[in-house]
Amino acid sequence: MHCLWCDEEIIPSVNWGNLLLPSRPASLCEKCESELEQIEGDRCRKCSRKTAEVVCRDCQWWESQKRNVLAGNYSVYTYNAFMREIIAKWKYRGDYILRNVFAEVFTEGYYQAFGKKKDAIIIPIPLSENRLKERGFNQAEALAAFLPNQSKSLLARIDSEKQSKKSRKQRITRKNPFTLKETLNKPAILVDDIYTTGTTIRHAAELLKQNGCPEVYSYTLIRG
Amino acid sequence: MVVPLNRQELMDLAKNVTGKLLLRQEIPLSAFHFTQAVEQKFIRAVPSFTKKHFTLQCNRCGNNEKRLMAQYPCSICNKTHSYCRKCIAMGRVSECTMLYEWSGPVPEWKIHADPCTWKGTLTEAQQKAADRIASAVVNKEKELLSWAVCGAGKTEMLFPAITIALKQGKRICLATPRADVVRELQPRIQQAFSDVTVQALYGGSKDKKGTAQLILATTHQLLRFKQAFDVMIIDEIDAFPFHAEPSLSFAAERAIKLDSTTIYLTATPRKQQLKRIRNNLLPHIFVPRRFHSYPLPVPQMKQVSQLKSQLKKKELPPSFLKWLLIRKHPQRQILVFVPTVSLADHLSVPLTDLLISYDIITSKQQASTVHASDGDREEKVQSFRDRDLFMLLTTTILERGVTFPSVDVIILDAGHHVFDQAAIVQIAGRAGRSTDDPFGDVLLFHDGKTEAMVEAVESIRKMNKRGGFA
Repeated sequence: MHCLWCDEEIIPSVNWGNLLLPSRPASLCEKCESELEQIEGDRCRKCSRKTAEVVCRDCQWWESQKRNVLAGNYSVYTYNAFMREIIAKWKYRGDYILRNVFAEVFTEGYYQAFGKKKDAIIIPIPLSENRLKERGFNQAEALAAFLPNQSKSLLARIDSEKQSKKSRKQRITRKNPFTLKETLNKPAILVDDIYTTGTTIRHAAELLKQNGCPEVYSYTLIRG
Repeated sequence: MVVPLNRQELMDLAKNVTGKLLLRQEIPLSAFHFTQAVEQKFIRAVPSFTKKHFTLQCNRCGNNEKRLMAQYPCSICNKTHSYCRKCIAMGRVSECTMLYEWSGPVPEWKIHADPCTWKGTLTEAQQKAADRIASAVVNKEKELLSWAVCGAGKTEMLFPAITIALKQGKRICLATPRADVVRELQPRIQQAFSDVTVQALYGGSKDKKGTAQLILATTHQLLRFKQAFDVMIIDEIDAFPFHAEPSLSFAAERAIKLDSTTIYLTATPRKQQLKRIRNNLLPHIFVPRRFHSYPLPVPQMKQVSQLKSQLKKKELPPSFLKWLLIRKHPQRQILVFVPTVSLADHLSVPLTDLLISYDIITSKQQASTVHASDGDREEKVQSFRDRDLFMLLTTTILERGVTFPSVDVIILDAGHHVFDQAAIVQIAGRAGRSTDDPFGDVLLFHDGKTEAMVEAVESIRKMNKRGGFA
């Protein structure tokens, strides 16, 4: 095996544990793996941001806005410089196979946070048609495919502006870019790669809730 | 109503696209104009992969290694496609994208009457080599290796050949494996040919178009070219990554026209080139003397027992200190090479402290450390050149292509495998590069002689002998 990021050969060390029970081959070498930072310790109960507060300021603000449509977000990684590079190559350059880097941690995190919600439906956040054409795949769908629950593409996206090019204010105040293809009367878990301000996720959640969905959560790879 | 391209726009497009192999998004045309150009057969589509005995080969970078091919589910075609991971940084080549090349009228390159504005003169040894290179270009010889010792002034030796090529309206590329070298060459070449458009292409360069008649590029950038150049000059063919990376020689081979001339430049040919020279398969010209006509400094080996663990404990060898205190030319700057980035960071502080404690430098600002991913790399190298820095601790990134007028060179842990024969010869070649100070100490600290060290010293002696120094 070679590291998916730096292409160094990975030479697994043999110990009694993996001699008898071979573990899954790692997709990153130890050095690259150690540069990824998982969210550990205290985190915001609502959005998974690393913080000592129970509910972080952003989430308190959202609650005060009466747009309290999202029951909660859970993320597994922080958005550090190394993660930025991986995401850029995966999403923007289109190096699809890099999603394997996240496979194990992303699935584990799901069981931890949403393992008990057996009837929930997973909804990947869609890309606009233009963006999808450009990239060839939707990163949210690629992530959703790792998860055990049923996944449905119920949403469509109208605009094509890149979120990452906008300021916080621009993001929060813009119009809802989603439309609903079908209503849902089960709990939903929205899946996306990054939760930054939480606006995109909330737009989708709002639409689902207005159309009869009882509860909307989100599960994102990264809390930006 | 969309207006078709007019003649001028078409000629601009031709210059932009000719001699290249591009992805759709790299061609600056609207959907309408692009379809029209394809219909008029100005642009031709080429498949992006070749199937060869159950393996795929990427037609842009030549990669056919299975582990660097991956699949993705394409949501445009609802199929799973293979794509090439090797050259993905230049845009993804996948089974559902095509590569495009120019098939319209071939643009003419300008015939320059007197392009060379360089006013210097060549030494006798340089002139001899320069004539040989120029005649290879005139006679359209396929290949020529110019083997010139470090500090022979090989860039100047190219000027007559480039001049002749420009006079004949040829297109020229000067490629080198390292972006630093491209950056250093650009002003020198532009000055020597001040009326000719010179473009420099490297990862991060502003002008990426590659439409000029005279192009300087990293060998990586050649991946976008196909049958573009009449004269291809590859500098430092033995340098990493060119000699270790098959896709780069694949690219260099494809970037040349059918009846073109390729000139290889090196100070330290690798075994494969030496073998071809011995078997008379590769014509070559040897320049045994530095431009200032002094011999190459011969490295001295200094054995230090337990060197690696000493360095780990941040202790510097006593023989290094001894040399430091009694060296004959204390005004020379000190260039220290270490094998790894981590060792460079590790030794940065103790080395600076040592120099301060023996009054060799007066402040911490006079010493610095540099490595490949250092953001301030260019500034640090420049301030070493300006003598603002007295000591520079570096990895092998400064082993070649850089000139400092008066330095002593140290390698710590010279037995490490990154210091192969070519690297040691190149590093030794950093010393004594100016007429004012044509000598310099080169010290290899090691805890066990390696073949590379012995061979390097031997080959330097041999080159000096061929240069007429006993």
